[in-house]
Amino acid sequence: MTAATTTLTRVPTARSGWRGFGTLLRTETRLFLRDGTAVFFALVFPTVLLVGVGLAIPGMREPITGAGAPWDGLTAIATYVPIVLAAAVATPALTTMPVTFATAREKGLLRRLSTTPMRPQGVVVAHLLINLGAIAVSAALALVVGQVVFGLAAPVSPLTVVLAFVLTVLSMLSLGMVVAAVAAKGSTASAIGNLVYFPMLFLSGMWTPGPIMPDVVRDIGQFSPLGAAAQAMSAGWFETEVPTLQLVVMAAWTAVLLPLAVRLFRWS
Amino acid sequence: MSTAPPPTGAATVASPARADASSVGTSPVVEVRNLRKTYPGPRGSDARKVAVEDVSLTVAPGEIFGILGPNGAGKTTTVECLAGLREADGGVIRVLGVDPQADPAAVRDAVGVQLQEAALHEKITVEEALRLFASFYEAPSDVEELLDLLDLAEHRRVAFGKLSGGQKQRLSIALALVGNPRVAVLDELTTGLDPAARRATWELVERVRDRGVTILLVTHFMEEAERLCDRLVIIDGGRVVAQGTPAELIDSVDTSRTVRLRVPPADHDLALHTLAGLADVEHVEVDGREIEVTGTRRVLLAVVLALAEQEVVPDDVRTVTRTLEDVFVAVTGRTYDHAADSAAPHEGGAR
Ligand SMILES: Nc1ncnc2c1ncn2[C@@H]1O[C@H](COP(=O)(O)OP(=O)(O)OP(=O)(O)O)[C@@H](O)[C@H]1O
Ligand SMILES: [Mg+2]
Repeated sequence: MTAATTTLTRVPTARSGWRGFGTLLRTETRLFLRDGTAVFFALVFPTVLLVGVGLAIPGMREPITGAGAPWDGLTAIATYVPIVLAAAVATPALTTMPVTFATAREKGLLRRLSTTPMRPQGVVVAHLLINLGAIAVSAALALVVGQVVFGLAAPVSPLTVVLAFVLTVLSMLSLGMVVAAVAAKGSTASAIGNLVYFPMLFLSGMWTPGPIMPDVVRDIGQFSPLGAAAQAMSAGWFETEVPTLQLVVMAAWTAVLLPLAVRLFRWS
Repeated sequence: MSTAPPPTGAATVASPARADASSVGTSPVVEVRNLRKTYPGPRGSDARKVAVEDVSLTVAPGEIFGILGPNGAGKTTTVECLAGLREADGGVIRVLGVDPQADPAAVRDAVGVQLQEAALHEKITVEEALRLFASFYEAPSDVEELLDLLDLAEHRRVAFGKLSGGQKQRLSIALALVGNPRVAVLDELTTGLDPAARRATWELVERVRDRGVTILLVTHFMEEAERLCDRLVIIDGGRVVAQGTPAELIDSVDTSRTVRLRVPPADHDLALHTLAGLADVEHVEVDGREIEVTGTRRVLLAVVLALAEQEVVPDDVRTVTRTLEDVFVAVTGRTYDHAADSAAPHEGGAR
């Protein structure tokens, strides 16, 4: 066969699939920042929540009494911080990220990329990085503003808090990726995302923080990823005991959900 | 590289245009032989839906090669297989000598693709999109030059979501070209455009070809194929039903000509009688006051002369030109055997 004369001379290296990743990451970040609503919820919402609850609800800045250990002596708003951090992770992971992927799929963007030397996995990695960045910024912002406005309690065991936070990020991004993996359309992703997001927030204690959470919610919540997240961070912040169960729960969710997301992920 | 086996069996479309390929004196840029592709059938049924039954084609360097066919014919499936986006069930595909099925990465740098159904992020600007895609390739085109070539320079800061249909298509073509490809696959690039935008896009495609890019053009517009393509295949129901140059195809499917005329009622019977006896007339039909005469290429001349001899002065004479739809239906809407009969003398191309 004569076609041999036109055979491609260059055999692309394995790494050529990532050429332009820097440009991809920069461009996707710019696009992310252009969506005002998403930016608000991903970056500012946790801070607004913390400050709003602290200022609007009477008594939030008073020390707690009569609730027993470990709550007595803390301000109510301080006990709300772990929940706000959990929300800072859950919000981009369950709302913006799945919609971004599903929309890219719906528009054929992932398929379009498959025709270029860039692997469509590049988009996945870029958005995971963007969401990690968003989570870091929004958590840091909430902590700094919370500290300035209310003066927060220093964590009893910072290491536990950090470990719990990292596991929160892993389990939430895994959960969000499962939604992102299967939703065919942006609107579907948004619907499924919200269906998961609000029960998660409830189990984390957003509406029943600290001592006022009913035992039954706490008992169920510790097995949900975001409930475990808030409880683990709370334990690291205010108690000396290591929240083993909650940490294991989050690790287990990650171990199940992440491979599931990878397996289910559809490019078109 | 493994050498492809020769096509087997008699049940194939005839070997495509060997004469054309060899007259250019180079090996084909794209070669598809006996491509077959099925999709999973409807839920709950085991039967698979055949999208491409048997497609063979050969594209020579520097040509604009058309794939024409009605909706659902299997055009997109065919080009998606050769772009390495879909896995074929059978057949041989070579793009620049490489099998894109086995090694899709090997062709991505050299083949630019415009997908039929692909959009971009609503908020990405024209220039951002071009620079982004350019960054993926080893030796990309100059973005500024491409913006000029596709008349997009003044829209460079416009978001994709705010572009008109024609501008979106031009950007889509630009993105297919930004990697400096040797082959560009353009799927339905003018569908949904108004006639002016369509013509402008055709000019662009010719400009691109003049830069030495081989173009595989998918369309269901006969007019587009006629205007742009050096050669084309017509696909229907997943099979190649005809192939050749546009002129060959048009001649092969329809050599007869039709004239419609009206004569004064008094002369009606005389006219009918006269026309029916002419050698160039095959068929005369009466439709109210109108007489429709079908015959050879000389039928118009024969009709007018014969009537003049009888001193019949027609009120009105019109030649019936084949509209786009007529040709379309004639080429694709036939049974196999019929299509093969008429296409065979030219390319030996259909079965
Ligand atoms: N992903 C898919 N899954 C199942 N069936 C499909 C899929 N894509 C295409 N088909 C079917 O395969 C057949 C060929 O489709 P294809 O898209 O290749 O046609 P086409 O010639 O490009 O049509 P059009 O002019 O409408 O773009 C059609 O009957 C279509 O319904
Ligand atoms: Mg199509």
